[in-house]
Order: sequence, then structure tokens, then C-alpha cells
Amino acid sequence: MTKVKDATIPTIPVQARLSRWFGRNLIRIYAFFGFTYLFIPVAYTFAFSFNDSGKSNLIWKGFTLKNWQNPCGAPEICTALGNSIKIGLLATIFSTILGTMIAFAIGRYAFKGRSTSNLLIFLPMATPEIVLGASLLSLFLVFQINPGFWPTVLAHVVFCVSFVVVTVKARIASLDPRLEQAAMDLYANEFQTFRRVTLPLVAPGIAAAALLAFSLSFDDFIITNFNSGTLTTFPKFVYVSAARGIPAQANVIGSAMFFLALAIVIAGQLISKKTKVTK
Amino acid sequence: MVDVSSATRGDLRLTRITKTYGDFTAVDDLSLTIPEGSFFALLGPSGCGKTTTLRMIAGLEEPTVGSIHLGTTDITTKRPYQRPINTVFQNYALFPHLTIFENIAFGLRRRGIKNVDADVNKVLDLVELPHLAQRKPTQLSGGQQQRIALARAIVNRPALLLLDEPLGALDLKLRRQMQIELKWIQREVGLTFVHVTHDQEEAMTMADTIAVMNEGGIEQMGSPADLYDNPKTAFVANFLGQSNLIKGRIEGTDGDNLVLDLYGQKISMPKSRSHAVDNSIFAGIRPEKFRISLVGTPTRGNVLTGGHIEEVSYIGVSTQYQVAMPWGQELMVFEQNDDGVPPFDKGDQVLICWEPNFTFALRGDEDAEAGTEVAPDDFDEDE
Amino acid sequence: MSKALSKVKLPYLLLLPGFLFLFTFFILPILNLAQTSTQTPTAGGDTGEYEQTFRFANYIDAFIENREQFARSFIFAICATLLALAIAYPLAYAIAFKAGRFKNILLVLIIAPFFTSFLLRTVAWKQILGEEGFVVPPLRTFGIIGESTTLTSTSFAVVIGMTYNFLPFMTLPLYASLERIDPRTMEASGDLYANGITTFRRVTLPLSMPGVVAGTLLTFIPAAGDYVNAAILGNPNSKMLGNVIESRYFRIVDYPTAAALSFTLMAAILILVTLYIRKAGTEELV
Repeated sequence: MTKVKDATIPTIPVQARLSRWFGRNLIRIYAFFGFTYLFIPVAYTFAFSFNDSGKSNLIWKGFTLKNWQNPCGAPEICTALGNSIKIGLLATIFSTILGTMIAFAIGRYAFKGRSTSNLLIFLPMATPEIVLGASLLSLFLVFQINPGFWPTVLAHVVFCVSFVVVTVKARIASLDPRLEQAAMDLYANEFQTFRRVTLPLVAPGIAAAALLAFSLSFDDFIITNFNSGTLTTFPKFVYVSAARGIPAQANVIGSAMFFLALAIVIAGQLISKKTKVTK
Repeated sequence: MVDVSSATRGDLRLTRITKTYGDFTAVDDLSLTIPEGSFFALLGPSGCGKTTTLRMIAGLEEPTVGSIHLGTTDITTKRPYQRPINTVFQNYALFPHLTIFENIAFGLRRRGIKNVDADVNKVLDLVELPHLAQRKPTQLSGGQQQRIALARAIVNRPALLLLDEPLGALDLKLRRQMQIELKWIQREVGLTFVHVTHDQEEAMTMADTIAVMNEGGIEQMGSPADLYDNPKTAFVANFLGQSNLIKGRIEGTDGDNLVLDLYGQKISMPKSRSHAVDNSIFAGIRPEKFRISLVGTPTRGNVLTGGHIEEVSYIGVSTQYQVAMPWGQELMVFEQNDDGVPPFDKGDQVLICWEPNFTFALRGDEDAEAGTEVAPDDFDEDE
Repeated sequence: MSKALSKVKLPYLLLLPGFLFLFTFFILPILNLAQTSTQTPTAGGDTGEYEQTFRFANYIDAFIENREQFARSFIFAICATLLALAIAYPLAYAIAFKAGRFKNILLVLIIAPFFTSFLLRTVAWKQILGEEGFVVPPLRTFGIIGESTTLTSTSFAVVIGMTYNFLPFMTLPLYASLERIDPRTMEASGDLYANGITTFRRVTLPLSMPGVVAGTLLTFIPAAGDYVNAAILGNPNSKMLGNVIESRYFRIVDYPTAAALSFTLMAAILILVTLYIRKAGTEELV
């Protein structure tokens, strides 16, 4: 090794180091504040779930675990929650099945009308929720179907399908076609290839789409408002109670949903990391 | 505005540069002077720190300690856009949203030059792609993109042009062609080129001076011939071409020569070609310097006896032999097929002889395997 | 022979259930809405009874009567979109280029607030910006706002709420677009004498335009039709078009007007979006 032993080691001046650090990290500092801003209402909701509030959760009265111990304490809240979950599950199942089929059709096959299909899928996403909700209500009225549980499920499927298609299609697009070719080279027929190679590889996309559909459905208010009639869902419950004061149990449920969903997503990330081949 | 006047030209001097990432030292107390106007190569396996060094010269990384001078100017803390230095990136990094013309004009415009047409067209002619001026990068082939990346850097007439393994993504034939073209262009424009590569053939073809790097430092620096004929360490001996390294001892002297004992057999070599510090050495001879002859035929120079041929590989231009010696080592011999294929077969009992002047001696405590690992063909950044 | 036929038919078979569904529950309703929009109340009938008279003047009436809310919806939506862009772009940039191994975690954190019901979050804003929250009192103490100024029940609060709620819709497409940029291109720009700001202006921003277009569309379209933020955070003078449509359905039972308004909203959005894409499209990179 060639070393210049007699020269002293030059150092970088402090001022240059500082300005370099600042320039590099300014955006990180901003991002930190950005994320804080994103989480303020969430933190607030979580904090007030511990409020000893009684009926109206507007001012801080004192810390209590009562609400967490008795989340269904407020009248109707658990009925609303139950409805939201039921509707969400049904809407997720239907929209995932329909959406995945459409995604495979558009994503894998070149056929006449493919671009029109793409457009048709894009339309519900581009339509304001209020138009979707109102138009469905009008249709139901024409056929003298009363708004309620099943109309809501159907309405949710309408707007969820497009999101499912987009999510699954993206996953399909990233599939290496050579994998399926390899499977067929190794004596798997079309069905076996699909079941043992294609489907497992697309599964994470389908799972993500299902999760997305469920969260869209669970959190939906506008379309639900138009099509549910007297049936309460969790968002409807919150909206209606907003005037007189939302019971702290709603905060409990909201926070619980947050942590549950966060846990699911993080678990998904960890699982996919474990199965990845490390370099 | 960047000062590209003569005040910021001159030799590039790195003084005691160290770069650490946490616990990991990428570049270790490296000092180097690159003469103005030369074609300089940083050669080494992946992870040796050559790309990190290049990026520090460009200003894309900062040294942890140490200084960088261009001529008399200290550029250590200057941002990349303040240095009269341009880089040809490994994957070209052409701006996809700009035409070829605008890609090349980019640096000129940033420096405030209004009339860019003449310069841009001149350099497009230099790389022989004037007809692509209005295309976008994605419409070009790999070889064309590489030449445009070069043009984009050259048009600024920088004090230093840095090339980060620019030929890595090209196929063999194109790579060979570009090696010759780059050398020609460097002579034409007279700029200092600093070329980073892991391909020793490429470095030897193109560079005036090569610095062989290993684990963050420079093992040896010199002209390709110096490095090849007279390596100072096992790493250089094995990394540049191939070497036969035979363990032995210095027995005595004979005028200007040393007498070496290799497993009981005596050979001689010039004193000046030994880098040993004591009596324990590795004698090094390049495979093409060996001559095989059957037992009983007359020999000249140094002779090693007792070998028999283990493997024969015919390569067209040459035939390669693995010769098993009595002490258990297999020596490599390359014989040119200029007189037809030499008449040796597997199993033949042979003698190996060579001119003593071609021998070099390394320190006995060297790792004889250093530099022999086949470098994986990866383009990841050196850390 | 039949196998080849089935291969040709397969995509259509896959599409059939989904498209049948969408046709029945998306296309038909919209067509029906169109049909409703030209109806008029039945003479001598009950409230809620209408007959088809092809009265296209419904549209003109509806628009004139509600032009204020129309304008307000679009202004609010544009404000919210611009604000969201300003906030989301540096956020997406930080995640794409400055996050290292925390990238995935940060992406999850962008979507995470979504998991709390959006109504709960909007109501939370109402209380945070309200008299007992932690925003108003300090602002009053420092004299930034007067004693009588409130932040809730204002247009300001509505726009803040909308910006907040649609932020993930803006951030994710921006991130996707920024992530695709080769960081070496930005290094090359610096190498070629462009400082940080110039590199952003001439390289990063143009290359991220597809994300900007997608993000602004995904934010503007739902924002224009939103009414929840206005209902919770606004006052009677800050009603948006969505509020009007909702009340025409549920309080004042006037389906034709509601339908006409819905269509006008959709049409207006479509026109704006087409113009926008047309303009942005010419600057988009190939």
C-alpha cells in the first residue's frame, strides 16, 4: 500500500459539514412534521377514547379505562359496527371475485374491446361518490326496492370492483411469464400451472386488493348514506352523533380498527420479507 | 458559475483520503496523484473502493478525512456542480425527458452558455451520432446511449473526465470497439480520463497508468507493462493476468542475480526484480513465459524437472497445460500454437524452462491466492 | 378446435359476471339518473311523484339556483388539491429518496390514518380547531387571530379538512412516480453544473409529472363532490354542491333537480379533467 506517512491528515471544516448536513436533511425534517400532522387527529381520537366523558366527548374530563372495557356501552354502536363489518365482508368477497376475474381478463389476454374495458373500469373511480350513491338510490326507487342492507352491499361492490381490478392487474403485470412457461415445460397443464404457480404468485395482490376493498367499504359514508335507509353503519353512527357529541366508545372502536389494520399490514410486510430470498 | 479556467486545471491530488460508512471502511488512507492529460485507470475487484474513490473525486460523496486538490485549488468541500469535473455513469443516466441534443447541451446551459449549437454538433460528430440529435434516450441502443453519455460529459471540456465502468453493459465485441475509440477520443481532446473498471484487460488496453486497488487502498501503481511484468504483491500478480507462484528461499547471490531454492531445485533471477524482505519468497513466473520440453531435450535458462502433464486445453491461439510438479503444485503453461499444435499429451513427463529475467519474487508471507477469485459480474456499487 | 375456441372466449367469460354487474348497478343507474333529471312533479300528485316530461330546462334552473354552491365546490376542491400537492410532494420525495430501509414502513404510515374512520378524523379536526382544542388558544394568545374569530364552522376549516382527508390520494401516486426516477439521473444533473434547485426544476419535477397529474385527479374528483367536510366543519354559508344534492334527496324531496345537479357536477368535472389531461399530456414524458 502506498502511504504518504509524512503528510498530516487534512480535516473538513465544521461549517462545510454543517451546511452539508442541513441541506441533506431539510426534507427529512419536513417529512417528520408532515407525518406528525397526518397523525394528529388519530392521536387525538386515541387520547379521547380514554376520556371519562359520559354522553358527549367534547372536553377532557378525566382518564378512564371504562370505555375500553365496555366498547359497546353506547346505544346502537355495536349494531352499527356489526353492520359495517357484515357489509364489508360481503362487499369484499363479491368485489374481489369479480374484480380478480376482470383483472385476469384484461391483464393477460389481448382481445377486442380491451381498451374499452379499461375505460369502463376507470369510470366508477372517476365518478364522484355522491353521483354513484344518488344514481343507485334512484334505480332502487324505480324498482321499488327499499334502501337497506343488500342495496348497500351492492353499492359498495360497485365502487370497490375498480380498485380491486387496478390492484390485481398491477400484480399480474409484474409476473414473469417465464415462470409459467417453466411450469408447463415441467409437465404441468394449464389448470395445474394456474393453481400451483400463477395463483400463489398473484395471491399477495389479491390479498392487498381485498384489504383495500374492505377498508373502503368499512369507511364509506356517502354512498352508504344514500342506500342504507334506516340501517346504521359505523360511519353513519358517527355522523349522526357528531351534532350532539360522539360517545367515547366510538373513539375506542376507531382506535381499535386502526391498530388492528396496522398490525395486519405490518404482519404482511414481515411475512413477505421472511419469504424473500436474501442476497 | 463554474470556473473551468486554467486556474482549476492541473494534476489531481488525493491526500490521505479515508471514507468510512459506520464500521465499514471503503477507502483507507489513500493518496494518489493523477497527472494532467493522462488516461488513468483504477482497477480492482468489486468492493475494493474504486467507485467510492471516483465518486469522491466527482463530489458525489464526501471523504471522511483527507483532501482533494485540482492543481492548486482545494476542491474537497465543493459540491459536484462547483467542480470542473464530469462523470460518465455506469448506466449512462441520460435524462429520459430530454432529447439527445438537450442532454448534451445540459451542462453548457447550466454554465450560462447561450450558443450551444456549435459545441453540441461538434461532439456529436466526434461520437459519430449526429443523426440522433432529436431522438429521446429510450429510442437508442445501449452502445449509442453510452456514446451520448460520453459526449454529454466531453462537451464541457472538463479538467477531469470520470468514467464509472462505462462499458460494463455492452456485449464483448462492442466493448472491444469502444475501448479503442475511447482511447482515441482521449488523445484527440487531450482531457484527463479517470477510468474505473474491474476488467484488467480493459485497463491494460486503455490506460497509460493503472492503480490496482484492493480493500480500500492501492496495491501498486504504474504502467500496464510495469504492473504486468513486475508485480510487487501476490494480489497484483494474480489479478492482472495469471501467475505461477512457487514457494522457496533465497540461497545466495551470484553477481547481479539471486539464487533461489524451490523445493530442492535451483533457479536464478535478477536481484532488482525481487521484492522480498527476507529469505522466504514466492518465485513468480507468467504462464506464457514457460516452455515445455520432453525429458532429455536440451534446455536453456532456469529449469524445473519432474513434472508431468495433467490437463491439455486447446484454445485456438494457444494451448494451455496444467503440469503437476513433484511437490504437489500444478503449474500453468501457455504455449502459442504459432508453429502448429505442440506435440505434448496428457501424461507426458516434461521439463519446464524459462528466461531468468522474467522471474519476479514476492515476499514469502504473501497470500498466494490473493486476487485469484473470479470477480462476479455484478454492477453493484462499491460500498 | 374447441380448445382454441375456448381460449378465444376465455377473456370474455371472465369479464362477463363483472361487467354484467357493473352494467346493472353502474351504467343503468346513471342512465336512470339522466332520465330522472328531465322529470317534473306530477300535477296534483303527492310529494315525490314525478312524471317524465323531458324538461331539459331543469338543468338550467338547477344550475342558476345553485350557482353559488357550484362555484364554491370547485374553488374548495381546487384549493384543497393545491394545498394537498404542496404538502404531499415533499413528503413523497422524502419517502422516495431519503427513507432508506424505512421506505415500506413510511408508506404504511401514510395510509395508516385511513384505518381510523374518516368521520372520526374529521370530527377530531372539528374539536382540535374548536374552542377547547390546542390550536385556537395559543393563536389567540399570540394575537394571530382575534378573540371573536373561530376556526370551526368556516370555509377555512372545510378546506383544511378536505386537504387532510385526501392527502394519501395525492401522496401515493406522487411517490410511485418519484420512485421510478433513477437517482443517478439527479446525480448526473449535479455533475453537469446544476445546483439542487435547478436539478429539481429541470429533472425531478418534469420526470414526476405523471404522478402529479394522477395525484391531482385522484384528489380533485372526489373533493368536488364531497359534502361531509362541509357538513361537519362548515356553516350554512359554506355549503357545497354535494350538500345541496343530499338535501334534495332526503329533506326536500326533489329528485329531478338532484339528478340534474348530479349530472352537471359530473359533466363539469369531466370537462375540467379532459382539459387538464390534454394540457398536462403534452408536457408528459414519453
